[in-house]
Amino acid sequence: MAEIKIILDKCLGCRLCIKACPYNAIKVEDKKAYILENCILCGACLGSCKFKAIELLKDGDTEIKTDVSIYNGVWIYAEQKNGVVSSTAFELLGVGRKLADKLKVELSAVLIGSSVEAQVNILAAYGADNVYIVDHSSLVQFNDESYSEILVQLINNYRPEIVLISATTYGRSLAPRVSSRIDTGLTADCTSLDIDLEKRILMQTRPAFGGNLMATIICPDRRPQMSTVRPKVMKPLEPDQNRKAVAIKPEVDIPDSTSIKVLEIINDLSEKVNLAEADIIVSAGRGIGDPANIKMIQELAGLLGAAVGASRAVVDAGWISYNHQVGQTGKTVSPKVYIACGISGAVQHLAGMSSSDTIIAINRNPEAPIFKLANYGIVGDVLEVIPAMIKELKKRL
Amino acid sequence: MEYFLTEEQQMIKDLAKRIAVEKIAPLALQYDDEGIFPRDLMKILSESDLCGVYIPEEYGGLGGGVLEMSLVVEEMSTACGGMTLAFAGTGLGTFPIIIFGNDDQKKRYLPDIASGKKLAAFALTEANAGSDAAGIQTTAVVDGDYYILNGTKQWITNAGEADIYTVVTCTNRAKGARGFSAIIVEKDTPGFSFGKKENKMGIRASCTRELIFDNCRVPRKNLLAREGMGFIVAMKTLDRTRPGVAAQALGIAQGAFSAAVKYSTERVQFGQSISSFQVIQHMLADMAIQIEAARCLIYQSCRHIDSGQKNISKEAAMAKVFASDVAMKVTTDAVQIFGGYGYMKDYPVEKMMRDAKITQIYEGTNQIQRNLIALEIIKELKS
Amino acid sequence: MNIVVCIKQVPATTEVKMNKDTNTIIREGVESIINPFDMYAIEEALRIRDRLGGKVTVMSMGIMTVSDQLREAIALGADDTILVNGREFAGSDTLATAYALSMAIKKIGAVDLVICGKQATDGDTAQVGPSLAEKLGVPHTTYVRKIEDIHDGYIRCQRMTEDGYEVIEMPLPAIITVVKEINEPRLPSIKGMMRSKKAIIAIWNAENIGADKCRCGLKGSPTQVIKTFTPVHDIKSESIEGSVDEQAFRVIEILSAPPAAK
Repeated sequence: MAEIKIILDKCLGCRLCIKACPYNAIKVEDKKAYILENCILCGACLGSCKFKAIELLKDGDTEIKTDVSIYNGVWIYAEQKNGVVSSTAFELLGVGRKLADKLKVELSAVLIGSSVEAQVNILAAYGADNVYIVDHSSLVQFNDESYSEILVQLINNYRPEIVLISATTYGRSLAPRVSSRIDTGLTADCTSLDIDLEKRILMQTRPAFGGNLMATIICPDRRPQMSTVRPKVMKPLEPDQNRKAVAIKPEVDIPDSTSIKVLEIINDLSEKVNLAEADIIVSAGRGIGDPANIKMIQELAGLLGAAVGASRAVVDAGWISYNHQVGQTGKTVSPKVYIACGISGAVQHLAGMSSSDTIIAINRNPEAPIFKLANYGIVGDVLEVIPAMIKELKKRL
Repeated sequence: MEYFLTEEQQMIKDLAKRIAVEKIAPLALQYDDEGIFPRDLMKILSESDLCGVYIPEEYGGLGGGVLEMSLVVEEMSTACGGMTLAFAGTGLGTFPIIIFGNDDQKKRYLPDIASGKKLAAFALTEANAGSDAAGIQTTAVVDGDYYILNGTKQWITNAGEADIYTVVTCTNRAKGARGFSAIIVEKDTPGFSFGKKENKMGIRASCTRELIFDNCRVPRKNLLAREGMGFIVAMKTLDRTRPGVAAQALGIAQGAFSAAVKYSTERVQFGQSISSFQVIQHMLADMAIQIEAARCLIYQSCRHIDSGQKNISKEAAMAKVFASDVAMKVTTDAVQIFGGYGYMKDYPVEKMMRDAKITQIYEGTNQIQRNLIALEIIKELKS
Repeated sequence: MNIVVCIKQVPATTEVKMNKDTNTIIREGVESIINPFDMYAIEEALRIRDRLGGKVTVMSMGIMTVSDQLREAIALGADDTILVNGREFAGSDTLATAYALSMAIKKIGAVDLVICGKQATDGDTAQVGPSLAEKLGVPHTTYVRKIEDIHDGYIRCQRMTEDGYEVIEMPLPAIITVVKEINEPRLPSIKGMMRSKKAIIAIWNAENIGADKCRCGLKGSPTQVIKTFTPVHDIKSESIEGSVDEQAFRVIEILSAPPAAK
């Protein structure tokens, strides 16, 4: 059986590994560390030891091994809506280009939908060498069954070594279905991707434990190496209108019918700005004191063209609905600007917004954890600062 | 302190505490401010099996005693004494049936109370009969298979929300206190209505109203025990529910104390937290001593009652007097520790002080309790 | 309705703090809890059973202490529990986990619905639900915020999207993963807690469920962790001082200028 072992000669009993273990599975006795029975092989301790005294002993190689040499190329899945490619595709092309160039292979986009052929040009402009287009009227709306069936066929026929999918609602449903069918590895919500040129493998870095721990993951023996990528973290390339891509119309079996049927699509009309796509988010925490003050937050958001977010405390108190909740059990957002109003900055909330480009925090308590993450901090009463901001904005209208 | 609770008692206490923290505390200030009756809370208690904690198993309850009931009341009262009263007041209206009900009455009423489907209330007090309970004037006159009730009861907890009312009436004026009878009256009986909701100083999430009987016809089979036993039904019931009031007072005191301790460590004056000043430390120490003493007295008196002892009135009265006086003192001190903030409705302690006061008054004023205790002491000496 | 709920034991990270000196996570007395999203899954299963009749089985793959979480599920009202346990499962990534769970579910027999929480708060991947559906060969929908209709062989539900929601129908058996919006989980009952003390939890290993050991645990996991590190937040923080009006002015200035990317 696989095992994590302490190399006792190298171990000095410094206990750094104990602090890193999320499951309390290490003890130190007589200045030596021992791994306990409840170790689940998560690997969090491996990187924590400064003395290289912890090793993961594997029980032979994984039996199912793919002939990796026949897999070639970097693919990105281009999500589209109503025939228009979403910006997440450009983010994927941005990072995909870097990976493809390092591997010296081609970068291709996969586009599934209806009346999407015109999108080839924009995908080319953002860096795609090829675009695989599967265009059919039955594919106008995302459907887990048909889309995964088609993507699996494409992967099996063309054998890309890397497939990147954006970690959107659809992406996080599609990717594991596909990876499970192919029996390959999938890493979720990556915030950083790179290539280990020596081994020619993808290094996938992602947050775990609500962002308290970063893990770098590889999928050495199976192909394709699949990742979902956190939206709004990767930077698209500057679009080059002169770039051309090869449009490929592969032969795929498009299912005549699916057992899963999307009956209705409802856009939440009360939300003028989508939280996941917003460039600016104004977020309310318990510090706003009273549910009536949500109006103040909404007014500020309205003037900034921003979406309204909220901490879990505010949602649990019933001051605003759950679809505004930002945090580990709410939504993960990465806007350009996140304005935290009366939010203390509990770890679970930070997990949902730490990828924001600029964080502005307003809180009465100078010791509030949010200030450690904020680029700009105001120690003050939210109920005074926000009206002042609203006043200032109205002056400039 | 180790209280040597059984596993089941600890389970009950822990669950009640969870409900207090997760379901009661977030709503306490609002329900007090707006006087909202906690129907939703009763539903949660129902689902957790706590409504029937003191009701015998054969009628759908958990078969616990006064101690189990008090544990629930104590924990919930740390979050809000008012919201807890919907549960505790039902207990007061149910004990007469548990102690004195015949099999038919128990089968008719206890299962619905145990499941939380119905609430209960106890009606003794009248405008002219508070401490002088023997002065009640609500009459019940026999008419064939019915009693006809006339009169008004005052300050009845759960009135209007409860479905089942245990009412102490006068069936034979000539016999004085031995002419009283306890009768079960159901809501929606013709001739039975309610007065306006009282606007109270505290426990405002509890609803208090008059009961108005105007030629209200109640089946004779709703008589508890026998005619003339009404006073005894009341007294024996109160012996078992006074620890519950004590537990409510204890919970309120505990809630206020916890808030005060926390505040004192956070509030900085003269460059240090006020908890570093001896004055505050001594206040906190005295509050802690009083609360612990109250808890021990309550738990012990409950155990005394649950063990089937014959004489329980003195013990129950002692617990009630002591705990309620402690609650008043502790909550007042808590407001003092909070200083100006303690006086503001944004902070929780002024409500707790308002809530505590009633525990010195209802279910027998502390003056009456002291009378009772003294009389028991003298009786013991003489025997 | 025969319903299976898959739950995971996760560390309760509410007290997670960073040790500034060693740059590692301090875990104050690591308590284990049921993954928060799974509580909503259990509640939804219980509600369906209470309405339509049937049975709720709660299952988890994990170490022996996971029995505590399974007992919690019984205290909430679950009818049966299964612990998929054995050293052969240690080190599983989401694919190996989905495989093992699928074999256990197949062993249970005719199951109408499998409910999972959206994601676990330690791994945060949200991958097991859809992977499991694939291994079982049944349809799935993620992020379900409400079940509109469910009866023999049919389910219609609302999937939460970035813009609102979609109404999706599927035949049963199927898998759904649920979000917090779907319900308000109940508290355990005293009778439930007493039942959970006496409950016998079935413990199945790879052999019991007919799982190929090569597809389980570390061996069956195509992904491997090669490095972990605590993220260093190299933030250049600026404290905005002054009167309230001055502070507001400064913030608006910052918002008006194109913000520098981190």
